[in-house]
Amino acid sequence: MHILYQIFVDPFVQMGAAPDLLVQTLWDGLVAGVLYALIALGFVLIFKASGVFNFAQGIMVVFAALTLVGLHEHGVPAFVALALTVGVMFVLAFGVERLVLRPLVNQSDVILFMATFGITYFLIGMGQLVFGGNPKVMIAKELYLPDGALRFKGLGGFVSLQKIDIAAVIIASIMVAVLAIFFQRTRIGRALRAVADSHQAALSVGISLEQIWVIVWFAAGIVALTTGIMWGARSEVSFALQIIALKALPVLILGGLTSIPGAIVGGLIIGVGEKLGEFYWGPLFGGGIETWLAYVIALGFLVFRPQGLFGEKIIERI
Amino acid sequence: MRAPSSREAAVGEVLLAVEDVSLSFGGVRALSGVSFDIRKGEILAIIGPNGAGKTSMLNVVNGFYQPQSGRITFKGKVRNSMRPYAAAQGGIARTFQNLALFRGMTTLDNILAGRALKMHRGFFWQLIRFGPALREEVEHRHRVEEIIDFLEIAAIRKIPVGRLAYGLQKRVELGRALAMEPDLLLLDEPMAGMNLEEKEDMSRFIIDVNQQYGTTIALIEHDMGVVMDLSDRIVVLDYGRKIADAPPEEVKRDEKVIRAYLGEPQ
Amino acid sequence: MKAIDRSLDTLPKILIHNAAAIGARPAMRHKDLGIWQTWTWAQMLEEIRAFSVGLAELGLKRGDKFTIVGSNRPRLYWAMCAGQALGAVPVPVYADAVADEMAYVLAHAEVTVAVVEDQEQVDKIIAVSDRLPRLGKVIYDEPRGLKDYVQRRLNSFEDIQSIGRNKLASAPECLKQWEAGVAEGKGSDLSVILYTSGTTGRSKGVMLTYENTIISARNANAFDHLDENEEVIAYLPLAWVGDYVFSYVQAYVAGYCVNCPEAADTVVQDRREIGTTYAFAPPRVYENVLTLTTVRMADAGAIKRKVFDFFIGVAGRWGEKILDGEKVPLTARLLYAIGNLLVYGPLMNQFGLSRVRVAYTAGEAIGPEIFRFWRGVGLNLKQLYGQTEASVYITAQSDGEIHSDTVGKASTDVEIKISDAGEVLFRSPGVFAGYYKDPDKTAEVLTPDGWVHTGDAGFFDPKTNQLKIIDRAKDLGHLKDGTVFAPKYIENKLKFYPNIREAVAVGAGRDFVCAMINIDLTAVGSWAERNNVVYGSYQELAGNPLVYDMIARHIDEVNRSLAEEELMAGAQIRRFLILHKELDPDDGELTRTQKLRRGHIIDRYAPLVEAFYDGSTEAQIATEVTFEDGHKGVLAARVTIRDVKPYPVVRAARLERAA
Repeated sequence: MHILYQIFVDPFVQMGAAPDLLVQTLWDGLVAGVLYALIALGFVLIFKASGVFNFAQGIMVVFAALTLVGLHEHGVPAFVALALTVGVMFVLAFGVERLVLRPLVNQSDVILFMATFGITYFLIGMGQLVFGGNPKVMIAKELYLPDGALRFKGLGGFVSLQKIDIAAVIIASIMVAVLAIFFQRTRIGRALRAVADSHQAALSVGISLEQIWVIVWFAAGIVALTTGIMWGARSEVSFALQIIALKALPVLILGGLTSIPGAIVGGLIIGVGEKLGEFYWGPLFGGGIETWLAYVIALGFLVFRPQGLFGEKIIERI
Repeated sequence: MRAPSSREAAVGEVLLAVEDVSLSFGGVRALSGVSFDIRKGEILAIIGPNGAGKTSMLNVVNGFYQPQSGRITFKGKVRNSMRPYAAAQGGIARTFQNLALFRGMTTLDNILAGRALKMHRGFFWQLIRFGPALREEVEHRHRVEEIIDFLEIAAIRKIPVGRLAYGLQKRVELGRALAMEPDLLLLDEPMAGMNLEEKEDMSRFIIDVNQQYGTTIALIEHDMGVVMDLSDRIVVLDYGRKIADAPPEEVKRDEKVIRAYLGEPQ
Repeated sequence: MKAIDRSLDTLPKILIHNAAAIGARPAMRHKDLGIWQTWTWAQMLEEIRAFSVGLAELGLKRGDKFTIVGSNRPRLYWAMCAGQALGAVPVPVYADAVADEMAYVLAHAEVTVAVVEDQEQVDKIIAVSDRLPRLGKVIYDEPRGLKDYVQRRLNSFEDIQSIGRNKLASAPECLKQWEAGVAEGKGSDLSVILYTSGTTGRSKGVMLTYENTIISARNANAFDHLDENEEVIAYLPLAWVGDYVFSYVQAYVAGYCVNCPEAADTVVQDRREIGTTYAFAPPRVYENVLTLTTVRMADAGAIKRKVFDFFIGVAGRWGEKILDGEKVPLTARLLYAIGNLLVYGPLMNQFGLSRVRVAYTAGEAIGPEIFRFWRGVGLNLKQLYGQTEASVYITAQSDGEIHSDTVGKASTDVEIKISDAGEVLFRSPGVFAGYYKDPDKTAEVLTPDGWVHTGDAGFFDPKTNQLKIIDRAKDLGHLKDGTVFAPKYIENKLKFYPNIREAVAVGAGRDFVCAMINIDLTAVGSWAERNNVVYGSYQELAGNPLVYDMIARHIDEVNRSLAEEELMAGAQIRRFLILHKELDPDDGELTRTQKLRRGHIIDRYAPLVEAFYDGSTEAQIATEVTFEDGHKGVLAARVTIRDVKPYPVVRAARLERAA
């Protein structure tokens, strides 16, 4: 009886009792959710356009961040380093298309998936070689990212919003908006949607699959860079960061592997869900449910709605 | 009712020629030393029993398959094989037996996708959607609307293609091919699965495309009535070999063809 | 209320007036290549004038006849006025007429110029041109497919307009001349000849003067308060008097805007985009939309269906009352408002009827359920009764006096009387001037003092003082035992069921009444899907025993309702069959306006009729059919005949005494 109360009633009572804590938790969840969504977005972009599940997305985040910080360490001014890093991501995209995708173009999905493992280890090795294995600090100040916090008094207490978090949310939103416009309104965006829909048809209208793949990996690279900067600014830049990518998996399951809005909504749900879960239900389990709650939610979805909230239901027409 | 116009005058020099093309998959010989040409402005039908290699032939022409031997001459340029991008760029458009439409997109977007190669303005202009990019967008939209009008599919303009009836989907696919403004149109069983009325409509469209735009058409078709009515010339394949290449009247009487395929003489 | 300007007694004069008075207002729109193009009254005048002068250059003059053939396109409407401005008379022909029909009309009317829509029509005319020695120029609107035509008599609409514009630009007195020509026209001039698709015999050319149509239009506009703000969509055949009056004369007189849809299958979308305010459709259309909705609802989720059914019930109970402005309890109003939000509003919006203030229907009887449904959800659906010979209006229902089984009181300036034989006669300013070149037929229908025999049997319902139409006067027959047999009356009752598309009642001079039924493919097809009935064709579905059971139930209900009516009780249906193919105008079974050609049908299906009365339970029938492209084939079938038990005649005693 008591356990039922603890699960179904007490947390809500606590929420009501200290609304400022609730808002704080919600905000933290939102921020985490936004960043998860960004990572998931990278996966979705590549999967949609080339049908490849890019295991290397996580390491791309680290690699992008490392390149940026590493260049700066070598004396390159911040924004120039940023521009160069963008260039590096482009070269990476180009390289991946040429050296990995093209030779393997008719192979099965599993083989392509394994190839992304290869890309992962290559990037890890490259990164360590060039930039060293020590954790680094993100050049947040040099990029004019704000620090400090905004404190709001009210709701019975106070709520503290880290400025960097606010910046992260805004930048992520802009990025998503730009991507959305890009997909819906430009010729290349249309071509991307076409390739994602049917390779055969896209080929027959003369869309160059290779070109599209370069563009899409590049876009995913930019997303990875943004994620790297934001996440790195909040903690630090190290190879441990690639674990974050694993968190993207539940997001993708929730949102559907082929849906951009799905990645966003999924990310938000997981982020907020995690934080709320940890704070209000965590004590029941002795804490630490943040690490596995997302996966439990994902499991539930796999059973009842495998295509996710937004994914395409695969109906085989006989 | 066709207007009095000289067919001979309309059909011109060779647009595409395949010479001695052979294609195998592993141990299976799909095509053996097939040669024929397609003349500008004509409607050519490729017929043959199932498994004769007709679709493989089209796939070779537009570059989905690369033949082991033989040559393809298109618009004067000789190649050992074609690439899809080169085919599309060169003015070859195609429809597929089992439809290859962008199922998640609307009719309008599908046909607009056919304009992909014709869109020139760069990436950044497109983002701004202003000035020359806007003009180009309007021009493309105009062309697409003309095709929609031509194919009488105005009512389904905004409907996602996946939801349409089969006959309409085929029409949309034709529309997308037309949007490429092709010199050579390859149609793989355009009438498959259609009822009489739909077949008549489709035949009318094919004839109109050929007469009004002067598009050369090569089509694979099983309905003999349609084939006899529409085509100027027929190429007959059987077990990957060409067994006949002549106007409909002659093919109808050709013994080899009758034996392989037609059954009773018509 | 604007004062009526009696000097505007012809349509071209009204055009010039409108261009000056409301020149900036939209007069016509057309959706082309996906976008709506608008012409103001001033612009339309310019277009029409240019074409008119061009026509004059071709030699069209006062008294000549010219034809318009095509679907509802702005240029075809302009052509009508353009010719009328010269004093010529338009003779529109149905766009789906086969070449033979067209040839008859064009030859009979002595047409010298043809303005047609596209290649299809051009081909038809060329095919019969040897029967049309008087036909000179053929002008087309849509150039597609006509590029290679080597015909000296073919011209594009644009070419003729160019000729006109050039003439106007080069010779200043040309404008004066044209205007003088317009001024020469009088209200009593012949303005149009509309060939009625007769249910028997050849079509007759109804001659209407400007006065006929303009006065009727003016009265109609006043009756429903139509002004220059109306938006109407023109989708009914150009050659039909209804479209001529609604989409042309009334539009000119009131100054409202006529919208031409993109294609036949985009009409609903287009209507929605425009937000039309005034609608007309034959009952079939309202019925089809309802069937479509019911079918879709049947496939919807359980919750949706329950909500729908509940609120439709609310609409049925209170909707009409609210529409008529009667007192209704507050809770009912509240429920209705919610229903409007959830159900009626979206439904009306879906079919483009949200802004419609007045929706008329006419042409045949409408099922009471359909009528009640539409009025219930808030569509101001009313009936009118009219004929080509009346310039449309004979009776119309005014707001607040709507019943499903009557057609209204006499329209403004219309007198009605019922002959001894029960035939309806009328007299009005809209009465036609006669049948072209057919004084005998004219004398049969038009009496010397201006009364017109409608050919319909009817009476004034004492309860409502409104006219009730029973049937075509000549179809009103008797069974062998003298019982009144009104086939249309019975057929209408049958057609009220969504499953029954068409019905033919047979029995004149026979012992009892039998019915031949056409099932509605949409409704029955959907029923079949839901009940796992498999069918491969219309014929198969029509022959299915379960379908027969379903139809038998309907017939039984009809019999029950007939049994309750004194006059009709003896005319209950005893046997029925379901036809293997749909009745079709192309086979001459229906008119172009979907009315039954009874005599023709009974001839064609004689073997079935015989089987009805010789007790057979099956009959073999082979009918020749005409396909869309004109070529003929034969459709054969074995049709089942079933018996139905009639209800005991309730007032048999009374009838006997009366007889």
